[in-house]
Amino acid sequence: MNKEEYQKLVEQYTPKEKKLKNAVIAFLVGGSIGFMGQVVVTIFQNSFGMEVTESYAWLCILIILISCFLTALGFFDNWVSKCKAGLFLPTTGFAHSVTSSALDYKKDGFITGLGANFFKLAGSVILYGMVSAFFLAVLGVIIYG
Amino acid sequence: MASKKVNNVYIKDAFSIAGPVEKRGSIQNYDLTMDDYYYKTKTFEQAEIKMQKVVVENLLQKNHLLHSDIDLLVAGDLSNQISVSSYAASTYNIPFLGVYSACASFVESLIVASEMMESKKKSNMLCVTSSHNLAAEKQFRFPIEYGAPKPNTTTFTATGAVASLLTKEPSKIKIESYTIGTIVDMGITDATHMGAVMAPAAAKVLISHLTELNRTVDYYDLILTGDLGCIGAKILGEYLKRNHGIRLKNHLDAGCELYLKSQEETYAGASGPVALPLYLFNKVLKQKKGKRILIIGTGSLHNLFFVNQKLSIPSIAHAVSLEVA
Repeated sequence: MNKEEYQKLVEQYTPKEKKLKNAVIAFLVGGSIGFMGQVVVTIFQNSFGMEVTESYAWLCILIILISCFLTALGFFDNWVSKCKAGLFLPTTGFAHSVTSSALDYKKDGFITGLGANFFKLAGSVILYGMVSAFFLAVLGVIIYG
Repeated sequence: MASKKVNNVYIKDAFSIAGPVEKRGSIQNYDLTMDDYYYKTKTFEQAEIKMQKVVVENLLQKNHLLHSDIDLLVAGDLSNQISVSSYAASTYNIPFLGVYSACASFVESLIVASEMMESKKKSNMLCVTSSHNLAAEKQFRFPIEYGAPKPNTTTFTATGAVASLLTKEPSKIKIESYTIGTIVDMGITDATHMGAVMAPAAAKVLISHLTELNRTVDYYDLILTGDLGCIGAKILGEYLKRNHGIRLKNHLDAGCELYLKSQEETYAGASGPVALPLYLFNKVLKQKKGKRILIIGTGSLHNLFFVNQKLSIPSIAHAVSLEVA
């Protein structure tokens, strides 16, 4: 049996991932978090008299705080396995990834462990976020002047 | 010839400790179990070192032996530079050989120790292996609390440590022969599908063992593979059927058997060098599941750098034949 034939044999025995089910779960969970965020933003604006930009900034801080807290208490990883990618919304996912890395490496020293590994997963988000922001800005200048 | 018969080497006793998930699995009678992953230490890595020390000290105590009675300690684990074994061994003052062939390390240590013991008249040796789920997750995969979603083919690194005592004086379990495996690479690049990576290596060592010693699969009451997992075990069966026309009837995979089906967090089953000895000593040998047992340790020899560089994963398997009186 050569490598290609073996590959086929393996595929035959590999259970299919339930992609549609996962996508639906992720959509519903992610959507409801977004909905709750909108509710909070509206409350901020109406009850606390915040400006639009200000209320979104506060929402961001609140989401980061909550997700870091839940990661540290050990809830988030269990929920991720149930809610699939729905919980990896940019803000929650980012906060969760840095907190989980920090927890993993806190005993390996503040500089060599925690500091060096803090952005282990989030590093890609920062880098490619900035790169794409740059190109979009260039595009924006070209189109809108 | 990679196979060799062994004269007068016996496994006298073994001592195991199992982690919190294993405790809820298919085996209830481990010598010791842990309630949490820290085992009263500060880090997971230090917990694994402590686990190795605990099984060694308990095994020696149980058999009324001192450190000075042991001629050689052969140990292996999954940590980088097999440091867990080295750190644990630094406290014993016993001559030490470290082995690494990933999850086949336990079987490799049995082979090394029995070969070293053959020429001696009287000897005691220890074979120790361990793995720790969270230490392995941290080293090979994502941060622990990240909880990245995994495919169903993933295996779950078992937590535990096993020490076994090899002697020249006859006991119930005899190491009858062994076969050293060759490294096999069938082009699988997916590190979350280790069963598929390792199945061809297990098949290869099984075939060379049978051919060189002129046996058939029916010679054995039980063929116990290490940690192919439930999916890998099926792949092995099909691979042997298609390539060699062999039907495996008396086959069990320790990885697939170690947990209950209801333990969904373990996906396709257990992996890690400790899966095989945990199941062997606590289930197979205690329940007397046969007189002639062939154990095949299977190891996926992957390294994160090469996985990221998209190289396919090499694997190894070693076999040891046991005769149970």
